[in-house]
Amino acid sequence: MAKNDLQGSLDLLILKTLSRVGDLHGYGIVLHIQRASEDLLSVEEGSLYPALHRMEQSGWVTSHWGLTETKRKAKFYKLTLAGRKQLKEAEESFEQLVKGVRAMLRYA
Amino acid sequence: MSAISRIANLFRRTRIRREIDRELASHIDLRIEDNLASGMSPRQARRDALVRFGNPMVMKDRTTASDTALLLESIFSDVRYACRQLFKNPGFAATAILVLSLGIGASVAIFAFVDAALIKPLPYKEPARLTAVYETVPSCLLCNVSYQNFLDWRKMTRTFESLEVWGYARYALHSPEGVQSIDGTRVSDGFFRILGVAPMMGRDFHAGEDAPGAPRTAIISYGAWQKLFGSDPHILGKVVRLDDLSYAVIGVLPQDFHFSPRGDSDFWTALNDPDGCQKRRGCHSLFGIGRIRSGVSIAGAAEEMKAIAAQLEKQHPDSNNGFGAVVLPLSDAVVGKIRPILIVLLCGAGLLLLIACVNVVSLLLLRSEGRRQEIAVRGALGASLPRLMRQFITEGVVLVTAGAALGMALAYVAMRALLSLVPTNRMSANPYLEGLGFNPHVAAFAACIAVLAILLLSAAPALRLRARDMRGDLAEGSRGSAGQTWKRLGSKLVMVELATAVVLLVGAGLLGKSLYLLLRVNTGFTPDHLASVVVSIPKSYTTDAQAMELERVIQNRVGALPGVRSTAITNSTPVRDWDGGTYIWVSGRPLPKERTDVPERDVSASYLPTIGARLLHGRYFTDTENDPAKPRVVVINETMARQFFPSEDAIGKQLTYVGSKEKVEVIGVVEDIKEGQLDTPNRAAMYVPFNQDSWGSFNLVIRTSQEPGALLPTLTSAVHEIDKEIPVSHAAILTDDIRDSNSAYLHRTSAWLVGGFAALALVLAVIGLYGVIAYSVAQRTREIGVRMALGAQRSSVYNLIFKEAGWLVAIGIVSGLLCSVAAATLMRSLLFGTQAWDALTLAAVAAVLTISALLASYIPARRAASVNPVEALRAE
Repeated sequence: MAKNDLQGSLDLLILKTLSRVGDLHGYGIVLHIQRASEDLLSVEEGSLYPALHRMEQSGWVTSHWGLTETKRKAKFYKLTLAGRKQLKEAEESFEQLVKGVRAMLRYA
Repeated sequence: MSAISRIANLFRRTRIRREIDRELASHIDLRIEDNLASGMSPRQARRDALVRFGNPMVMKDRTTASDTALLLESIFSDVRYACRQLFKNPGFAATAILVLSLGIGASVAIFAFVDAALIKPLPYKEPARLTAVYETVPSCLLCNVSYQNFLDWRKMTRTFESLEVWGYARYALHSPEGVQSIDGTRVSDGFFRILGVAPMMGRDFHAGEDAPGAPRTAIISYGAWQKLFGSDPHILGKVVRLDDLSYAVIGVLPQDFHFSPRGDSDFWTALNDPDGCQKRRGCHSLFGIGRIRSGVSIAGAAEEMKAIAAQLEKQHPDSNNGFGAVVLPLSDAVVGKIRPILIVLLCGAGLLLLIACVNVVSLLLLRSEGRRQEIAVRGALGASLPRLMRQFITEGVVLVTAGAALGMALAYVAMRALLSLVPTNRMSANPYLEGLGFNPHVAAFAACIAVLAILLLSAAPALRLRARDMRGDLAEGSRGSAGQTWKRLGSKLVMVELATAVVLLVGAGLLGKSLYLLLRVNTGFTPDHLASVVVSIPKSYTTDAQAMELERVIQNRVGALPGVRSTAITNSTPVRDWDGGTYIWVSGRPLPKERTDVPERDVSASYLPTIGARLLHGRYFTDTENDPAKPRVVVINETMARQFFPSEDAIGKQLTYVGSKEKVEVIGVVEDIKEGQLDTPNRAAMYVPFNQDSWGSFNLVIRTSQEPGALLPTLTSAVHEIDKEIPVSHAAILTDDIRDSNSAYLHRTSAWLVGGFAALALVLAVIGLYGVIAYSVAQRTREIGVRMALGAQRSSVYNLIFKEAGWLVAIGIVSGLLCSVAAATLMRSLLFGTQAWDALTLAAVAAVLTISALLASYIPARRAASVNPVEALRAE
């Protein structure tokens, strides 16, 4: 699961992470995705940022500068109402996809 | 919203970039921190963080692109870069822009004519439903309409919403300054309504205003209103005297009104007092114009008219025997003749544009050779393929934009220049040309060809950009086999150019030859030192005897002028148009199946000797035979003699007019005189003694011993000395008349324009060839140096280069010749007296191109042969 060929899923992962954890910086999102997916999913870390900035332009997330636990400055992202709606839609369409693929696999 | 904020972000992109930098850096720092905590060495921790992160530069660019409308910015910087590149190479830029502007300018200028003439030739309401209606007989396929037939058509037709007629008229306008001869038109009552034209002042003709006995009224043109009446605002209701009759002015036509089948006409009057011809069904003097009902096809209307004509033929066998009717779209009648020429010209301009583009493409390719390394470096630094392509497309856009801007200026100049070449009398026959200029159509066309040129210009170098080549380019550096790709492609392009140039040259050659043959067509008379004027006989000369006396006096007075060798009278000078003629046949023999209508010229006894006709048998008639009391005689032409008396002597035979049953005796046979246009075949024609009663005017022809133009003013004043009231007009010198005649004019225009295109094409193709060979020589300098160091002679170096050029030229010329035969076959209708595969023209073109090509390759070949082997090898 690398690069942008699964851009839609990357968006979904980020939105889901933010909905679970609340305020989080980019690095934190990467760590969360790794942990939550039990190290099955690893993203090319840099590719997170074009996605985050695009989502911010679309109004799904907002950002502000803050301090990490280790007192470093980092940019934190937070889900907006529009973002939650988007997450719901993305989750549903992903479920559909998974259901469809699974049905295919069973049939064959 | 996002788009707006992204464009807004363009203006604070430094700040945004800085913020992104900080954000990405903080990510990497956090990862390093964690790595250190998990026990990596500082170096390892940093490396691992960067590997996980991906290329920071790329990520940064992509993140910035998410925030800002970067595309706009980079397009701007591409344009700036492209301009800078062009300024750095002014020679290349100037050549490319000039070549492009020539191609674009020529195409746009010609298209403007095409647009004016073919796309919107008829400035009337719903022009698609307007048709021209003719009567037809084998001797005259699109023939005038008889007024009596027209009246029946009008009653019988179902497919036409309305049918109208118009006919030529010439009026003597009496004003305080004297008498002027004015062009006029007589029309049926609904003429202006059928066109959808309303007078800008006053009223149109009422329905029924063309009935016999209705009050005489006239509608005047805008030009006449200004010229003759000083834009008098109270012109309506004024009475003017035309031909001694009073007409009330009831309307003034709009300024932009033109009716090109008629040309300029100042007075439009209703056909309300039919002349002798219009009362007779067998006399054809008018032109029909019809508006078909919506939903009816032209073919449907033509079908109906054919049936109506057949019915009238049955009802009036005497006058209508053999007469059918034809319906054509009015636009065909107006621009049918020039349509093929314009299409040929447009194709010619298109080919020129093609050569121009190909030339610029090969220049661009040549330059992109020099930029391989630059491009490879940019690719290695992370520029994506689409990004590099965009750079090429931008350069194409900048070049074409500059070329198109200059091209439009050239097109404007060319249009003005071409218009000024159109003689004024032709201008009034093609009034749509006055609307010539830049309009939305022309702008759209220019935009289309600019886009095509951009595609062509950017496609070629962009295609070269294949990712796998780039690594090689980077390693290869500036020298080596880099030129291979270009040489292959470039030489193919040169072949295309040469072939296109051949097509244009052959086209120009054939048209030029046609013009040459046309102007040397045997006209059957000697036109030099001939001049003519049209003299109208005032209505005050009421009897035939008075008119004949006037003609005699005028001939005597003019004949006595110094420099005048002889004078003559005719109803029409030669090289005009064939007309339908009069139905006539050999007395006492059964009529052949096909009608035998023969155009008749009413001439004075001195006419045939004066114009220098050549008498083959018998004699000319004498002055005394002009007397109606004497037995009637006729001189016929060779074609008529052959057609009427195939195997016997025509002299002394009797002919009978089928309509009037009058008999005439053939007394002489002359060599064919070209009465119609130069490019028409000869037809039967006959010359009868001038009989003034059917003609209100005549052509006075004089043969002079000096330059005839100088005599024309004296001629007019001599006539006015007899009677100040006699209108004299249409002064002409016959050689000029022939030179400016329709067919000569059309042939000359197309020959000159295609010739111009061909000359430009030749220059461009030769420059292209020179470019390829010169480049090849530059690439092979080292090879040539080695050859010469090994003992090659200069002559063998010449051979080497000429062989390379020879192949290109041979293939280009041969394929061009094949294409041009095909192209010339398509423009057959424009050729006169020559075939599409005219060997002389093809050979001449091949020779011209071969010689030019040899010259173009001689210069680089000489440079190659003078290579100093030592220097060539050391330079590497």
